[in-house]
Amino acid sequence: MSLLAHLPVLVVIVPLMAAPLCVLVDRAQPVWLLALGAALLSFLCAIGLLLQVPEGGAISYHLGGWEPPWGIEYRIDRLAALMLLIVSAMATLVMLFARRSVEREIPAERVVLFYAAFLLAFAGLLGIVATGDAFNVFVFLEISSLASYALISMGRDRRALNAAFQYLIMGTIGATFILIGIGLLYMMTGTLNMQDLAARLPEMADTRTVRAGFAFLSVGISLKLALFPLHLWLPNAYAYAPSIVSAFLAATATKVALYIMLRFMLDIFGADFALKQMPFDTILLVLGILGILSASLVAIYQTNVKRMLAYSSIAQIGYMVLGIGLATTLGITASVLHLFNHALMKGTLFLALGALAYRLGSVNLRDFAGLGWRMPWTMGAIVVGGLSLIGVPPTVGFISKWYLVLAALERGWWPVALVILVGSLMALIYVWRLVEVAYLRAPAEGAVVPREAPLSMLVPIWLLAGANIYFGVATDLSVGSAREIAQLLMGGGG
Amino acid sequence: MSATLLMLLMLLLPLATALGVVVTGQSPNWRETVTVVSGVLLFLLAAGLAMVVSFDEAPRLVLAEPVAGLALAFSPEPLGVVFALLASFLWPVTSVYAIGYMRAHHEQNQTRFYTAFALSIGAVMGIALAANMFTLFVFYELLTVATYPLVTHAGTAAARRAGRVYLGLLMGTSITFLLLAMIWTWHLTGTLEFTPGGVFGDLVGDVGGPVLGTLLVLYVIGTGKAALMPFHRWLPAAMVAPTPVSALLHAVAVVKAGVFTILKVVVYLFGIDTVAKIAAADWLAALAALTILLGSLVAMTQDNLKARLAYSTISQLSYIVLGAMLGVAAGVVGGGMHMVMHGFGKITLFFCAGAILVATHKTRVSELDGLGRTMPWTMLAFLIGALSIVGLPPFGGTWSKWWLVQGTLDTGAWMLTAVLLISSLLNILYLVVIPARGFFVAPTTPATGIREAPWPSLLAIGITALGCIFLFFWPDALFRMIDEVLQ
Repeated sequence: MSLLAHLPVLVVIVPLMAAPLCVLVDRAQPVWLLALGAALLSFLCAIGLLLQVPEGGAISYHLGGWEPPWGIEYRIDRLAALMLLIVSAMATLVMLFARRSVEREIPAERVVLFYAAFLLAFAGLLGIVATGDAFNVFVFLEISSLASYALISMGRDRRALNAAFQYLIMGTIGATFILIGIGLLYMMTGTLNMQDLAARLPEMADTRTVRAGFAFLSVGISLKLALFPLHLWLPNAYAYAPSIVSAFLAATATKVALYIMLRFMLDIFGADFALKQMPFDTILLVLGILGILSASLVAIYQTNVKRMLAYSSIAQIGYMVLGIGLATTLGITASVLHLFNHALMKGTLFLALGALAYRLGSVNLRDFAGLGWRMPWTMGAIVVGGLSLIGVPPTVGFISKWYLVLAALERGWWPVALVILVGSLMALIYVWRLVEVAYLRAPAEGAVVPREAPLSMLVPIWLLAGANIYFGVATDLSVGSAREIAQLLMGGGG
Repeated sequence: MSATLLMLLMLLLPLATALGVVVTGQSPNWRETVTVVSGVLLFLLAAGLAMVVSFDEAPRLVLAEPVAGLALAFSPEPLGVVFALLASFLWPVTSVYAIGYMRAHHEQNQTRFYTAFALSIGAVMGIALAANMFTLFVFYELLTVATYPLVTHAGTAAARRAGRVYLGLLMGTSITFLLLAMIWTWHLTGTLEFTPGGVFGDLVGDVGGPVLGTLLVLYVIGTGKAALMPFHRWLPAAMVAPTPVSALLHAVAVVKAGVFTILKVVVYLFGIDTVAKIAAADWLAALAALTILLGSLVAMTQDNLKARLAYSTISQLSYIVLGAMLGVAAGVVGGGMHMVMHGFGKITLFFCAGAILVATHKTRVSELDGLGRTMPWTMLAFLIGALSIVGLPPFGGTWSKWWLVQGTLDTGAWMLTAVLLISSLLNILYLVVIPARGFFVAPTTPATGIREAPWPSLLAIGITALGCIFLFFWPDALFRMIDEVLQ
C-alpha cells in the first residue's frame, strides 16, 4: 500500500512517536523543532484526509490488517476529518508560537517534558477522533487527559497544581463514567466497533442496560465537555495553565469532547434514540441556555482575563449543545459550525493573551491599561477575536450566530433565538470592558512599558485572526462540511 | 466609467484615505490635504454614479457570498445614491471645517481622528449602496465600531462613559432586534435582497398582521441609529465628541444611516402598500410622534448648546420615521427629502456651535446673548440653519415638511399633522431664539477679544448655509431622484 493509504493512522502515530523521541533528544531547541515538525506533519496528513474523504462516506483503515469488527478500525468520515484538521492546525499554530512563551513560562529543566506531554495530549485528541472503536476512544481519552493534567500543573502560578488536581478528579470521574457506559454497551452487544454497535443497538434499545449505558455516557462526556453545571474544573484549569496550554486546550479539548458526544449520541445510539426516545434534546437545550446565560454573566465580573475567557468558553459550549438540543439538521449544522468557528476565536484570543503574558507577565485586567497603543498588533488581534466572539459581521462569530438563530426560528422557538442574541450582548459587555481598558485608560504611573510582542508570536496570532475574518466571508469549507456532517448524523446514523 | 467600477471606487476610496492619513500622519498639512482631496473625489464619484446609473437595470457588485443567497453585494438605488451624495458632499466640507476647529482647539491625536473619520465615511458608503439587508447590516455595525474612537476621542472618564452608552445602545439594539428581524425575514422568505414592492409577496396574506407587525417593530426599534425613543440616549451621550464629529456623524451620517435603514426596510423589504396594512405601523408612527414632541420639549430644557441640538436631532429624525410609517408615497418622499434638508440645516447649526466654542469657549445657550455683534457671520448662519429646520421659506426644510404634512393628510391622521405643526412652533422656541437673542439682547458681560472663528471653519459654515437656501430654489433634481423610488 502507498503511504497515502496509511494517512488515517499516520496522523495519530506521528505525534505519538515524536513524544518519546523528545525525551531521548533532551535539548530544548531541537525538541521544539521536533514538536513543531510533528504537528505540521499531522496537519498535512489531516489535509490529505479531508481531501480523500468521499462525499457522504468514510475512509476505513484496518489496524494490522485485522478485519473489523474483530480488529480495530480507524474510520475517517467528514466529521472526523474536519476535527483532525482543527486539532492539528491549532497544534501547529500553537507550536509555532510556543518557543519563546515556553522559554519564559516553563522552568528550563522541564521544557523537554513539557513538549513531550504536549505531543501526547495532541496525539490523544487525534486518536479519539480517528478511531472507530469505542474502547479505543477511552484509551486515547486517558492519554490526552493525563497529559493535559501534567501540562496544566506546569503553570507558573502554584495554584496551577490545585487546578490540575481538580481537573484530574473531575476528569477521572468523567472517564470512569464513559468506561462504565462503554462496558454496558459491550455487555449487551458483544462488540466495541462503532459501526457494529450502531447496527446492533436499535433492536435492544428498550433494555434498561442500554439506557443506563446511555446515561453514564452522557454524564461522563458532559463532564469532559465542561457542560454547565459540570464545568467547575474548567475556569481554574484554563486560568492557571501555561499560556500555550490554555490556547491549545480551549481551542481543541472541549471540541473533541463535543465530537465524542456527537459520535456516541447521534452516530452510535442514533439521533432517533438519543433525541426522540430519550429526553436528551430537552436536557441539552435547557443546560445550554442556562450555561450561556450564567457563564456569560460570571465572565462579565472577572478581573483575570484568562479566567474571563474560560467562562466565555463555557458559554460557547452552551451554544454548541443548544444546537444539538434543537434536534434538527439545521441545529446540528449550527453546532458543528460553531465548534469550528469557536476554535478560531478562542485560539486567537488565548494566543494573544499568551503574547501579553510574555511581555507583561500578567493577564490581569488592570495591567491592560494603555496596551492598545503599546502592543497594537496583539491588541488588534484581541479586538478581532472579541468581535468574533460577539458575532459582529464579517467574522466567523456572525456566521455561527446566524445559523443558530435560524435553527431556533425554524423550530418556531423565538425565545431561544432571543437567548442566543442576549448571549451576544453579554459577550459585548465582557469584551468591551477589555477594549475600553486597553485603549482608553492611561497606564498607571511606574507600570512596565511593554514592547510589541515578537514576530514569532504575532505571525500565528494573526494567521488565526485572519482566519476569523476569512472563514466569516468564505464559508464553503466550514458551512459546507457542517451541513454534510449534520445530514449524515441526522439521516444516516440509526 | 461603469457604475460598478464607480461603486467599487466609492467603497475603496475612504479606505485608501484612511491609509493615506496614517502614512502622512507626521505632517498635518499633507494629512489634511489627503482628507479634503479624497472628500472632493468621493463626491465626484458619487455624482458620476448618479449621472451614469440607470435604476431600471441597476448593476450589481458582489464582493463575497458567505451564505448561499446571502451576498455582500452593492447596487445603486435612488435613495441610496441620494444618501451617498449627501454624505460625500458634506465630508470634504466638514474636513475643511475640522482643519480650523481641531487646530484652534488644540485637539490631541488628530491622525487617529482623521483615520476613523475616513473609515466611518467608508462604512456610510457601504450602507448607502448595499443591495441587501445583510450588507447594510454589516456596514451598519462597522459604522458603530468606526465611530467609537471618535466618540471617546477625549479619552476622559466622561468620554469612556459616553462610549459605553453609545456602543451599548447601538450594538445592543442591532444585535438583539435588528439581527433577529433579519434572520426571521430570511427564515420566512429566503431572501434579504432589497426588492421594489417588498419581499414578503404572498406571505402578506398568509402570515398575516401579527408576524409582519412584529417584524416591523423589531426592524424599527432595532435600528438604534434612528434614535427613536426610548433608545435615543446614545445621541446626547455622543456629544462629548469633537464638534466636527457631532456635525457630520451625529447630525448627518450616522443618524441618517439609521433612518435610511428604516426607509429601505419600509420601501424594499415590506413595500409601502404592505406597511399601510400593518396595524403596528400606526403604533410606531405614534411612537415617532411622541419622540418628536418629547425630543423638542427636552431640547427646550437643555442649556448646553450641543445637547440642545442633539435633542433637536432626535426629534427631527422621528419626522422621517413617521413619514416611513405612514405607508403612503408622500411620506416616503418627505422622509427622503428630510434626510437631506435636515442634514444641511443641522450640520450648519453644529458648525456654528463649534465655531462659538472655539472663538469664545462658551458652551451654554444662556451665555450667547449679544454674540451676534461680535460673530455676525456665525450667528447669521445659525439663523439660516434654524429657520430651515423650522421649515420656513426660503430654506430647504420647507419642502420636506410640505411632503410630510401631505403624507399625514393623505392618511387622514390629523393628529399627526398637528404634531408636525406643533413641533415646528417648538423649533422656533428653542432654536430661532438663540440667534434672535444673539442679535437683539445686549451681552451680560462686555465682549473682549472675541473674534470670528478660523476662516476654514467660516468657509464651511458658509457652504452649508448657502446649501439650505439653494435647496429651496432648486429641489427638483433631488425630488425627481427620490420620486424614482416609487416608480
